[in-house]
Amino acid sequence: MIELADVTKRHGAGTALDGVSLTAAAGEFVALVGPSGSGKTTLLKSINRLAAPDEGIVRVDGRDVRDMPVTELRRGIGYVIQGIGLFPHMTVAENIWIVPRLAGTPATEREGRVAELLDLVALPREFAGRMPSSLSGGQAQRVGVARALAAGPRIMLMDEPFGALDPVTRDELGRSYRALHDSLALTSIMVTHDMAEALLIADRIVVLIDGRVRADLPPAELLSSQDPEVRALVDVPRRQAERLHALAEGR
Amino acid sequence: MNPALAEALGDLPVLMRAHLGVSLAAIGIGVAVGLPLAWWAWERRRVRGALLGAVGLIQTIPALALLALFYPMLLVLGQASGLAIPALGFLPALIALSLYALLPIVRNGVAALAGIDPGVREAAEGIGMTRRQRLLLVELPLGAPVILAGIRTAAVWTIGAATLATTVGQPSMGDLIFSGLQTENWLRVLVGCLGAAVLALAADGVLALVESGLARRSRWRVRLGLGLIAAALLVAFVPWRNAPEQETVVIGAKNFSEQFILASAIEERLRAAGYRTERRDGLGSTVAYRALAAGDIDVYVDYSGTLWANILARTDNPPAAEMRQQLSELLARRDGVAVIGPLGFENAYALAMRRERAAELGISSLDQLARSAPRLRLGADLEFLTRPEWRAVERAYGLRFAEHRSYSPTFMYRAVADGSVDVISAFSSDGRIADLDLVTLADPRAALPSYDALLLAAPRRARDERFLGALRPLVGAIRVDRMRQANLMVDRDVDKRTPAEAARWLLADY
Ligand SMILES: Nc1ncnc2c1ncn2[C@@H]1O[C@H](COP(=O)(O)OP(=O)(O)OP(=O)(O)O)[C@@H](O)[C@H]1O
Ligand SMILES: [Mg+2]
Repeated sequence: MIELADVTKRHGAGTALDGVSLTAAAGEFVALVGPSGSGKTTLLKSINRLAAPDEGIVRVDGRDVRDMPVTELRRGIGYVIQGIGLFPHMTVAENIWIVPRLAGTPATEREGRVAELLDLVALPREFAGRMPSSLSGGQAQRVGVARALAAGPRIMLMDEPFGALDPVTRDELGRSYRALHDSLALTSIMVTHDMAEALLIADRIVVLIDGRVRADLPPAELLSSQDPEVRALVDVPRRQAERLHALAEGR
Repeated sequence: MNPALAEALGDLPVLMRAHLGVSLAAIGIGVAVGLPLAWWAWERRRVRGALLGAVGLIQTIPALALLALFYPMLLVLGQASGLAIPALGFLPALIALSLYALLPIVRNGVAALAGIDPGVREAAEGIGMTRRQRLLLVELPLGAPVILAGIRTAAVWTIGAATLATTVGQPSMGDLIFSGLQTENWLRVLVGCLGAAVLALAADGVLALVESGLARRSRWRVRLGLGLIAAALLVAFVPWRNAPEQETVVIGAKNFSEQFILASAIEERLRAAGYRTERRDGLGSTVAYRALAAGDIDVYVDYSGTLWANILARTDNPPAAEMRQQLSELLARRDGVAVIGPLGFENAYALAMRRERAAELGISSLDQLARSAPRLRLGADLEFLTRPEWRAVERAYGLRFAEHRSYSPTFMYRAVADGSVDVISAFSSDGRIADLDLVTLADPRAALPSYDALLLAAPRRARDERFLGALRPLVGAIRVDRMRQANLMVDRDVDKRTPAEAARWLLADY
């Protein structure tokens, strides 16, 4: 469904992506983790052509993305940008409805669909008429997710979609998104800094370090990886879990 | 009501409409050109710098000069292309004002685009908006406050600068201001300034309404604002009456009182003959003749010596009748301009004395003056003593004065009135000659060039008998003492009259 073959992207002297190869099969949920500046956002952008690789090929549904009309490609992919990117001059409902509107969906469907999407991201329906400036960071992020889902895409690219949420909502939303992913048979790639979140909801985890794929494994295998850098990443939640466990046991 | 005020208010609607028309059109063009230009340039770093530099440069040209520049440019363009491009009036004013409006529109346009959060722009791209959709749905609405602020600045500047459009023959509130300044009719100046200020404030207010409507997402504000703009466009561009059955004649005038009075006199005659008239007051001296030759105005008064030296570039000095004769032939042949005839007075350099002083010394001509000159003092305006006219009389009559003094014109007249000097250099139709009871001295050797006031008609009127017939009664009808009196009525400080009143007085019994 999504395939990157030997993709390299340079910014001047630096290399954001260095020969990255990756596949996400239809229906798969891939988490993308790695330190800041390791190329995660660039990788997502190379899929919807917000960034053009210097080398290598990106394919969606077997077609080279460069051969697809760019608006058609992008409208078929839900994209949640890092830093939210809501349109400040539009209400929540208008923000959510923008992609269907561009696609020419009749406005009569708007109200029902917006309400449905607000439910999905656990926001009260009254939020439809509010302006983005009146939302908290976490609420705005959820609107961003709803907007990405609005046109019914088959593919979702999410760049730290739950970064600004409190842990309880984050956990809830993570799980309800996973349920949605399964019921709609989406293909999702989600960037996250939270290793625990990645381990708990993804089918596969790709670790990106300095623009290279360092590991590409299912959660259970990742936990037993011997690679020191990967270990450093997964040890954080593991040790936290052990400490919490110890605390609970009263030791 | 004060007649000057009544007259100014009477002129106001037509001038305000013309002012509004040229300003709105210029702002419209500024927006239509400036915004796409800003959009095109802002992504191109190098072009952007050059563009902002260029529109900034236009702004450093004084508005008056910018306007004046387009008159000769359009004239040359018209001649080169053989097209009938009007060089006077609406078109040059429109071009100059549109250029003037560009700076704030382009600058704010670029600033508006640059001010949009890159994340928002990326989101717009990421959800698959085309460039056009990005512009219409995201960039324009988000940039609107800054863009509108630019348009507001442009509107206020343009409406202010449009007062200067008068100098290239586009009617505007400037007509009131310039003619008021010339004749020291302060009410007229005030009406003109207030009119322009009201227009500027109204435009600013309407745009502010639209701006606040967009900011508060208030539909009625935006609708009301746009409705008012539409109403202004209707007022400015939809003809008031049904298509005029009468022909419209355009009367020109240079920028001093005598010209305003004569233009009013011409206007009276033409109206009496059933013509509709328009005025182009305050034209620059050479602009007036070129405008006539190009057919942008139909009729105006010029002076034989001016045409001889400035238009035909001649340096010889034939007698008055011969100069008129030659002018008629040369101007007709070269430009197709018709000299309808002399009005009957001159506005020439002349030497003048107080009446009793002249009688006391027995002087009525320059020959007689030459005999007494060594005992007399000459007062001159600041340039007379360096002009060829002075050298010519000095040589022809062997004039030697005891003393020469130079004054600004007002003080020169005071000096002769209080006896500080005996003789002054005056303009023969100046109202102060009548006011101070001066006499001008005859020039039997014809040393001073003649400046006969000549009535000139545009080429297309040269064989229009109805038109010429309406104006012929003015030929030879205005004696110099009457013209002086009329000039005095307009120029004096007490019991001041408007040029139109003076013209009616002038025509009352000739
Ligand atoms: N437009 C750009 N111009 C120059 N360098 C860029 C550009 N975009 C990204 N980079 C560089 O490419 C590298 C990868 O950036 P990227 O945004 O993909 O990182 P990331 O993994 O998403 O980081 P973070 O977790 O902080 O979001 C970084 O070193 C970044 O500075
Ligand atoms: Mg990133």
